[in-house]
Amino acid sequence: MNADSISDTLTTVTDSLQQAGDTGSGWILHHVMDGKEIELPFLGYIHIPQLPLVFGIDVTPTKHVVFMIIAAVLVFLTFAAVARQYKSSLIPKRLSNFFEVMIVFVRDEIAEPTLGKAYPIYLPYLLTLFFFILFGNFLGLIPFSATFTSNIAVTAALAILSFLMIQLGGIRQNGLIGYLKGLVPHGIPLWLLPLMIPVEILGLFTKPFALAIRLFANMIAGHTVILALLGLIFFMGTIFIAPVSVAFAVFIYLLEILVSLIQAYIFTMLTSLFIGMAVHQEH
Amino acid sequence: MFSELLIAVIASEGGGGGLLDVNPGLMIWTVVTFILLLLILKKIAWKPILEALDKREKEIKNSLEQAENAKDEARKILEENQANLAKAEEESKKIIEQSRTYAESLKEQMLKESKEQSKRLIDDAGDEIQRKKDAAFEELKEQIAELAVNAAERIMKENIDASKNKEIANKYLGEITKN
Repeated sequence: MNADSISDTLTTVTDSLQQAGDTGSGWILHHVMDGKEIELPFLGYIHIPQLPLVFGIDVTPTKHVVFMIIAAVLVFLTFAAVARQYKSSLIPKRLSNFFEVMIVFVRDEIAEPTLGKAYPIYLPYLLTLFFFILFGNFLGLIPFSATFTSNIAVTAALAILSFLMIQLGGIRQNGLIGYLKGLVPHGIPLWLLPLMIPVEILGLFTKPFALAIRLFANMIAGHTVILALLGLIFFMGTIFIAPVSVAFAVFIYLLEILVSLIQAYIFTMLTSLFIGMAVHQEH
Repeated sequence: MFSELLIAVIASEGGGGGLLDVNPGLMIWTVVTFILLLLILKKIAWKPILEALDKREKEIKNSLEQAENAKDEARKILEENQANLAKAEEESKKIIEQSRTYAESLKEQMLKESKEQSKRLIDDAGDEIQRKKDAAFEELKEQIAELAVNAAERIMKENIDASKNKEIANKYLGEITKN
């Protein structure tokens, strides 16, 4: 390979990159970000039609909306089937056996230890949250799909729902006034209150904020690293880098399987923990 | 309020980079999808699944308890049986012991009785014999005396009278008896 051909390739790559985005990493962002078109293998792109604004908000379904709905439908179909199997017999079969492990895990390892006796009220929310995120994370690992859990809007919306659950759980257990009183720890000197009250109120909002950022960042990081590793082949302009790139990309991909599980667990676990802290304020 | 705050924070951080842009439409979609999914699953999946799990756990617990109870019961019955068996063995041993002592005493008694009886019989027989012997002796004495008198009479007929000879004969016979 001579210097000319290398520079030719580089020019081609750079040109295509220029088309994809403003910066050199634009094409990566283009891939992991939301968009108004869905890429189908070997078939090209489907453009989603624009919907009119509702109250000044653009509610046109995007790529992430489509995959979110696919994930929701998959969750629904899966657990409808599991429920059907349980209705016919209490003995778990293949599918129900597999998902029972996770359901029991969420119940016994997440909900019960953090929520105590009040856990059955919050269990449906936690289960839905866990499996929605889990299916979303895994759906994103399939080629040509998109990871809707790596969109900050999605994670923020989920965090807002968790925030509401936390506040409602606290108010439900302690009453509105009792809950607000309980936000400030007991035994704090009176003169510290002007400092403590803003800190505690800020603390209420940092929890879901951290939830949203954690899931978003974790899910987007793996994809970005994979794309960057594969992009190395084109940036270096040589095929000899490919084995290294692919090996690392596969490693990151496997890591992402782990991360998918862990992040679904963490999001659910922390939500449950925060609800538990709001419900049992004394501790 | 919170969502606005969050959007504001993220938008300012993102600085229009695109990655951190929050699409409010997508948030609405997420909330709607999630709440719909939650409501549907709660009714269709979570309720029956969790109830089935609870029911199964209760059933397993109950059957385990029942098994435990049955085991305890069986152990109790076994212990009872063993106790009964031991008691019965004890009793039979006692009965055998009793019957043995009874038999022993009976044997002893019977032996004593029979000994006594045989002694008595022997004594009786001895007395009888003595009596018979005495009687026989008496008779024999008389017969001998008679014979001797007759013999002496026959001898004496020739020379001396009968009375003197009888006296002499009696004297001799008395001496014989004493011996």
